[in-house]
Amino acid sequence: MQEPKKSSGCRQSRFAPGEASCQGSKTGAERCVAARRCLRFETGFLSRKKPADWVRFALVWGAGLITAAVLLYLIVFILIKGIPHIKPSLFAVTDPDKISLFPPLVTTVVMVGLTLLIAVPFGVFTAIYMAEYAPRGGKPARAVRMTAETLSGIPSIVFGLFGYIFFAGVMGWGKSVMTGCFTLAIMSLPLIMRTTEESLKAIPDAFREGSFGLGAGRMRTVFRVILPSATPGIFAGVILAVGRIVGETAALIFTIGDVFKLPDGLFSAGRTLAMHVLKLSGQGFNRNEAYATAVVLLALVIGINALSSRVERRFLKKLM
Amino acid sequence: MRIGRERAMRFVFFTAALTSVLAVALICVFLFASGVPAMAEIGFLDFLLGTDWSPADAEPSFGILPMILGSLYITAGAVLLGVPIGILTAVFMARMCPKPLYRFLKPAVNLMAGIPSVIYGFFGMMVLVPLIYDTFGKTFRLPGGDSMLAASALLAIMILPTVISIAETNLRSVPQELYEGAVALGASHERAVFKVVLPAARSGVMAAVVLGIGRAIGETMAVKMVAGNQTVLRAPYEFLRGARTMTTNIVIEMGYVEQGSLHNGALIATGVVLFVFILLINSLFSVLNSGKERRGRKKPAAEGAVV
Repeated sequence: MQEPKKSSGCRQSRFAPGEASCQGSKTGAERCVAARRCLRFETGFLSRKKPADWVRFALVWGAGLITAAVLLYLIVFILIKGIPHIKPSLFAVTDPDKISLFPPLVTTVVMVGLTLLIAVPFGVFTAIYMAEYAPRGGKPARAVRMTAETLSGIPSIVFGLFGYIFFAGVMGWGKSVMTGCFTLAIMSLPLIMRTTEESLKAIPDAFREGSFGLGAGRMRTVFRVILPSATPGIFAGVILAVGRIVGETAALIFTIGDVFKLPDGLFSAGRTLAMHVLKLSGQGFNRNEAYATAVVLLALVIGINALSSRVERRFLKKLM
Repeated sequence: MRIGRERAMRFVFFTAALTSVLAVALICVFLFASGVPAMAEIGFLDFLLGTDWSPADAEPSFGILPMILGSLYITAGAVLLGVPIGILTAVFMARMCPKPLYRFLKPAVNLMAGIPSVIYGFFGMMVLVPLIYDTFGKTFRLPGGDSMLAASALLAIMILPTVISIAETNLRSVPQELYEGAVALGASHERAVFKVVLPAARSGVMAAVVLGIGRAIGETMAVKMVAGNQTVLRAPYEFLRGARTMTTNIVIEMGYVEQGSLHNGALIATGVVLFVFILLINSLFSVLNSGKERRGRKKPAAEGAVV
């Protein structure tokens, strides 16, 4: 049997050599296998004919690999530099040297909880209005959509400035956890809104029609039928928002202050984990602790992201 | 009773929906109200085109042209470095990627979007800055690796996920018939993707780039950590020197200024200028996005009319 010649046979032209090289097979089954192997050559990656195609192929694969490599390098770099320096003392409850990550971690958890408490009801209710009450979009709906898009494009430093002027200044809350939470709540509002709206829209209309057909009103349909089935999707969006809140620095630096302590009330200043990394990395003599804290932050964010996509995948699978 | 409850709930949802409108209104009002008076006191042109920023001098001077240019140069550099890779990666993910690899790459890109900017900044500080210093430091007698190039390279990485995910969505929404038609006419897979699919998704890809620009110009902490932050007027070819952007100007000095002082007002006014830039970029984005929809709908009819 004649093996199909890889370089000369198949690549020259599309059909003739392929047929020629496959003809030596004895039985029909063998011929079939050989033909399929030839075909794989034709469509596979050795069959690219023109140099221009080679260039395009190389560019596209190169770009994909660069993207993956950059991310891998970043994560591995931080992990390798940081993991050896994770010590129990890093988690000390009190630390006169202001290096322990315990107080910032607690502050971060408190901030996340309070921010969600403000942002989730507004975000979800807005999404319900947009998806269930004004799906075709009247003037108010269009205004809401436009402003939400604007909000999602505003950089966090501008939110920080606004929080500093409005919540800390005009409302008189000073640099405090409260000010920080409200600032972050406005910031994460568009994200929660958009993901909730998407998961509400993913619920098939049959659910709504069935509920209406049984005599339920709009409100009962929303609370008893739509929301329960959309909860995992909403949850995935909320987790994503948690990730953003955990990583935020620019919006917080003049809204919660940058004070190393456990917050002792809503109007107490504090520092979150991300701000702690920023502070430590700025001090040359605490590099190792900065790496270790960065590892904790990175692990937190990766975990949150993985959880979010897992929940989302389950939600979509259940709807199918 | 029931109708009353329905109405009440509808009203509750509607009111909640208005919070985002209220938030944007409040942000505009308070930002402009605190920034514009300071701008007027300094003089609009002196503020926007002044090249000297020395707020602590006895005769203080507030010119933010170095920062505006710094923002523009660094963003342009990030676009130059990041956008080609981003678009090509999007093409890769939408049309060329083997499935097992896609299952790894897609979450990776999502994760990239979620990594906090301090981590990027820290990475830039420990890797990119020394790298630039080691490569160019001796030849150009640089004081350090903190430079516009470092900031641009870092931002190029940071805008990748934005550019990739939007461009990928738009590439995927190109009708499969266009691709199949090209292949049926004898085009190779690559040729069909580059000559037919990519041009068809042009406005969506442009929208991805514009959104990436918005991200780059608004990034603060990561830039602050690698850009050097000198308030010197730079030319584009001085990309190995440090510069300060509008965002970093705010974040560096806001910590220690007295509330209500002119310096404070000037920093908020810097925020106003940044905000205006962002609004312009956002409206460009929505024009590009809506343009795509309109063309997508009308195309068949228009073609019919021409033929």
